[in-house]
Amino acid sequence: METPLTKNIGTDKTPPDLKQYRANGGYRAAHKALLEMESGDILQLLQDADLRGRGGAGFPTGMKWSFVPMYKDREELQRRPKYLVINADEMEPGTFKDRLLMEGDPHQLIEGIIISAYTLQAETAYIFIRGEYTRCAELLTKAIAECREHGLLGRNIMHSRFNLDIYVHTSAGRYICGEETALLNSLEGKRANPRAKPPFPQVSGLWGRPTVVNNVETICNVPHIVNNGADWYKGLSLTGDAGTKVFGVSGRVKNPGAWELPLGTPVREIIDKYAGGMQDGYKLRGFLPGGGSTNFLTEQHLDLHMDYTSIGKAGSRLGTGTMIIMDDKTCPVGMVLNLEHFFAQESCGWCTPCRDGLPWVEHILSEFEKGRGEMEDMEILNRHTHLLGPGNTFCALAPGAMGPLESALRYFREDFEAHIHAKACPWSR
Amino acid sequence: MVSIEIDNRIYQVPEGGNLLQACLSLGLDLPYFCWHPAMGSVGACRQCAVIQYHDRHDEVEGDQRDEQGRLVMSCMTPVSEGMRISIDAKNAQDFRSDVIELLMTNHPHDCPVCEEGGECHLQDMTEMSGYTQRKYRGKKRTHRNQYLGPFINHEMNRCIACYRCVRYYQDYAGGHDLEVMAAHNHVYFGRHEDGVLENEFSGNLVEVCPTGVFTDRTLSQHYARKWDLQTAPSICVHCAQGCNTSPGERYGTLRRVVNRYNSKVNGYFLCDRGRFGYGFVNRQDRVTHAQCLSETDADSVRETLSRGETREALLNAIGSEKRLLGVGSPRASLEANFALREMVGAENFYSGLSRKQQGLQQSIIDILRTRPVRVPDLAEVERADAVLILGEDVMNTSPRLALSLRQTAHIAGEKIADELRIPHWQDAAVREALQSGKTPIYIASIARTRIDDIAAQTYQDHPQAIAQLGFAIANAIDSNAPFPDQLTDVQQQLAQDIAGVLTSAKNPLVISGTGCQSLAVIEAAANVATALSGRADSANATRLFYCLAESNSMGLGLLTSEGQDDDSLERVIERLESDQTDTLVVLENDLFRRIGADQVERILNSGKQLVMLDQLKNELALRADLLLPVATFAEAEGTLVNSSGRAQRSFAVYQPKDDVRGSWEWISDMITLRQGDEQSRWEHLDEVTQSCADAVAALAPIVDAAPAADYRIQGMKIGRQPHRYSGRTAMLADQNVSEPKQPVDEDSALAFTMEGFPGEKPAALTPFYWSPGWNSNQSVHKFQQEINGPLKGGDPGVRLIEPDESAELAVAQWFDATEDQQEGQGDWLLLPAYHIFGSEELSAQSEPIAERASVPYVTLRADSANSLGVQTGDGLQLWIGEQAVSLEVQVSDDCPGGALLVAAGLPKTAHLPFLSRINALKDSSWTRRPEASVFLSDKKVES
Repeated sequence: METPLTKNIGTDKTPPDLKQYRANGGYRAAHKALLEMESGDILQLLQDADLRGRGGAGFPTGMKWSFVPMYKDREELQRRPKYLVINADEMEPGTFKDRLLMEGDPHQLIEGIIISAYTLQAETAYIFIRGEYTRCAELLTKAIAECREHGLLGRNIMHSRFNLDIYVHTSAGRYICGEETALLNSLEGKRANPRAKPPFPQVSGLWGRPTVVNNVETICNVPHIVNNGADWYKGLSLTGDAGTKVFGVSGRVKNPGAWELPLGTPVREIIDKYAGGMQDGYKLRGFLPGGGSTNFLTEQHLDLHMDYTSIGKAGSRLGTGTMIIMDDKTCPVGMVLNLEHFFAQESCGWCTPCRDGLPWVEHILSEFEKGRGEMEDMEILNRHTHLLGPGNTFCALAPGAMGPLESALRYFREDFEAHIHAKACPWSR
Repeated sequence: MVSIEIDNRIYQVPEGGNLLQACLSLGLDLPYFCWHPAMGSVGACRQCAVIQYHDRHDEVEGDQRDEQGRLVMSCMTPVSEGMRISIDAKNAQDFRSDVIELLMTNHPHDCPVCEEGGECHLQDMTEMSGYTQRKYRGKKRTHRNQYLGPFINHEMNRCIACYRCVRYYQDYAGGHDLEVMAAHNHVYFGRHEDGVLENEFSGNLVEVCPTGVFTDRTLSQHYARKWDLQTAPSICVHCAQGCNTSPGERYGTLRRVVNRYNSKVNGYFLCDRGRFGYGFVNRQDRVTHAQCLSETDADSVRETLSRGETREALLNAIGSEKRLLGVGSPRASLEANFALREMVGAENFYSGLSRKQQGLQQSIIDILRTRPVRVPDLAEVERADAVLILGEDVMNTSPRLALSLRQTAHIAGEKIADELRIPHWQDAAVREALQSGKTPIYIASIARTRIDDIAAQTYQDHPQAIAQLGFAIANAIDSNAPFPDQLTDVQQQLAQDIAGVLTSAKNPLVISGTGCQSLAVIEAAANVATALSGRADSANATRLFYCLAESNSMGLGLLTSEGQDDDSLERVIERLESDQTDTLVVLENDLFRRIGADQVERILNSGKQLVMLDQLKNELALRADLLLPVATFAEAEGTLVNSSGRAQRSFAVYQPKDDVRGSWEWISDMITLRQGDEQSRWEHLDEVTQSCADAVAALAPIVDAAPAADYRIQGMKIGRQPHRYSGRTAMLADQNVSEPKQPVDEDSALAFTMEGFPGEKPAALTPFYWSPGWNSNQSVHKFQQEINGPLKGGDPGVRLIEPDESAELAVAQWFDATEDQQEGQGDWLLLPAYHIFGSEELSAQSEPIAERASVPYVTLRADSANSLGVQTGDGLQLWIGEQAVSLEVQVSDDCPGGALLVAAGLPKTAHLPFLSRINALKDSSWTRRPEASVFLSDKKVES
């Protein structure tokens, strides 16, 4: 089983430096791309490889890039700068895959950025990194300095006449900064409110210029696709969605962690084989397959393949591919409350349904936990799952927040009702 | 136009707009909060949701039709040919009701004690959405409120977070000290700490806020509901822009001023001086009865006259055998000025300005009337794509113009938006694409100005150098224009740069005015505009705007322009001292603000009788032999002409009290007394207006500024009071149990009642905006032809000055690049610094404005201060001839070398002969103010 993304990541927690990274075949892809390939060829290659975004939405990367206007006949517009922005603001509850990649192999990300920026003809790239990820920021800053020193960044990279600078920007915090347009506002020094789309960032992004925002893991795939081709990449997967994926498991399992596995690896295999199964005395009741904003799945879904298509069909999302397991000794209402508290607090306050709907949801759930839930509240919660649905809110935060709630109301309805009838949380006795 | 289907009906709507705007323009009701007609769409509140169906309205029949549709925000959805939407669909209605329910989770139910109540957009939208029953059981979040200065109250608990306030304050008005802080449902809209809001247009927050977070603090002090206010269409009297207002009265006092939309002039917004400067009307020390000087006592002791005594006194002063001189006023209506001119005879009528001021004003009018360049209305200013401001501190002399100039950035934004296919109304996206890009504005001024932040480049120097720069620009555009002597390299380069930008602009705009008090600057601006209008490609696109000083400066100028050669006060003095005049009649004009006290004393000591008509007991009024109480803008009607040459009619809001009457009425009486002929008497304002139009060709169109007094719709007049006006039978019951008859208004088609025609009225006669279901000012869209368009029936007002297309560009059209003649012999050049708060006479008599007003100060450079031996906080005596004025010193580099920059228009400084050379001396008897730091003038840009 090939693990291209994590092949350099050992257990000693010291990532390869430039020399070691090169010795392991690093920057060959960058060399090939910059000196032997046209940017259009690389774009085609990514489209052929069916690379999809690893940040949560799973949007096809090649297609995203193809929306960047190249203004072929408009020289004055061609001169407008373009930007590549790496979304390293990993704040999705239960998610720690990008941290693994950045701490484990920073040069891999940088190589991916060089190739991607070249493809987009962007001469400036930013890594927008979660504020708490101080070690990632240190390692990346160091790796960038190494690259500058060795002509891999700066002007005329590898004598290709391509120029690129990468800046590491540590976030001041807030979950909403992971939303790509809020991230851009934050990067500009403004409030991290999302922007209306259209115009999409590809047309008017950072400082109103064409911009592509991609997740860390997505970009880490790029060098390997350039090195090995689209067919190889598609062959990595067990199912129709191409490539490998860093999956993670948290919750009451014996061996929580993150592992690079082929896309399409069955859920049961990830939990049992890699995470070591449930801790003794605990049973799995449900799981969020791809972070806090994905819908619950249950035992009946354990044999699903972890890929975009299968998880989507089951009514959830692959998301970031990092599962949160809910066991039988955890109150589902309490777990949803915990999540909704997070989402309510992280709402930027821009649009009404999110700003004022999430606190209401949180309030009702906390009333349930205090034994003050009423049957009427079930209807109000249900109403919110529609009211805060996609298209009704300004961005995807609130619809994401409704994922666990909507599915919990479906799968664990009896637990909600038990709170009402018992006038207390059955788990807290 | 494109064709769209809304709830099974087909409509034609303009292409390129958004659905919300289209629906509102069609007269359909659709609730909204974050959208504002002047600020476009951002999609935050989610209130304007409608259902959009995926099929075209003309495409599919019967069962095949999309019945589900999807929810879209109408403000963010462009209209497109064939689209099919529903406002009434149940899922859209439910969603809108749910959004209100969410907004209401934290909104206090304090409507009965909320000052917004009765004109609250949130109330209206809540009603419209159908939401009635609260289900949220949690506690409401609470905020601390802030002190924001004398103009505005802050009650954050009412906030529904529509973000309009910060979008208006920061994006539209360019303010920095109102922000949104915190996140989620704790978002807080306020300052970083308590304090006075700095922006000069902060008052618009009161109207921009859809609920009661920002309310009018001056209204609070004598609160009345909108439905209890009697209002009339009015024109602001606090500068020459002629903003349309709607002042409101209750129990005989003026309670507030709100904006009255006019798409050509002020649009949706006023400046704070215009909104909060009305307090002088309510002053306890207003002149309420005729008074004469006591014969026994000192000057300041007055005797109040009965009406009979007044008549006697008038007969004595202006009887038929008396020879009269009349002095008019740029702050009195055309009718009042004209009436005085008729009484005294044109040969005896004077403008009431100093020779200097009169000359500047007349030059401007001559330029505008003889050049092939159009004077823009304010709204046109926003469409300029390159601007040169020559010598004028626009923010402080013509504030509303500064707000319009700030909007020129849209032109630059629209260009980029078109490239990126972003609709112009998608506000945040346009601003993002534009970044710091803006329309090139060049500002040459005496000192830094409050709009320097939107300038491409600024230049500060003496008026003389500004004029030279202007002449050089004109020369760089058209080499026929005279070239100035002694140009520095800096000026030369700047002139080239500016000329290049102006020449390549489609709609260049040149702004100047009387602010510098420099004829050379005014003429230089004329040369630039003339040069620009001579360009082959776009001759008619050049605009030239001069900021005049007072509400009717233009009107008075047009009235006197066909009169005698020398209209000045200096000439009045000569005549009083030389010829056979018996009585001088002064109309609404405190001459102590116009000329030096020594000169006024010459008038007062000339042995002639002085009859004065005025509103407030100003310095001259207190010295008049006979003082007649006259109405303010709130109590009388009249026509004012703004800087754009637009004549606009202003109507009395309520009837004056005591013996107060409109100036024109007093004069009409005086004429009758004088002639002993009741037949020829002017009974109604319309007759005066008509006589004025007949007598002065330049003013002929003024009769069309508003419908005449006999105008009726279906036999009805138009009520000044809303249909819900309360308490009429009770409000005077403490004085008389019988309800008095409503006063009759014979001078206009308006009535002092709630009765009257309820439907669509001519815009010039629309006292307030109110429409069923739309109790707030948001109802204005029901009065517009389309969103942001003209009012139904056309915007009020008539333009008096149109470009002389036939004017040929002859050499004679160029002004010589000469210097101003400087009077005086002193060491220092005296220059004016205007203040939005304080420099204007009437508003300065209003409490909240006075609180914000500058102390009288003199700014000078450090080297100048050294040579005079003064430092910040000291006193400096300015010697004008034999007289000295002591002012507080403020040392700053924001002042030309060798100059004394003095706060203009304040009681101590209004009369100073700016642009003359004077002597200065440290005032050794000066007492420093206790505050160590000197008041920082409003002019200074935050660094």
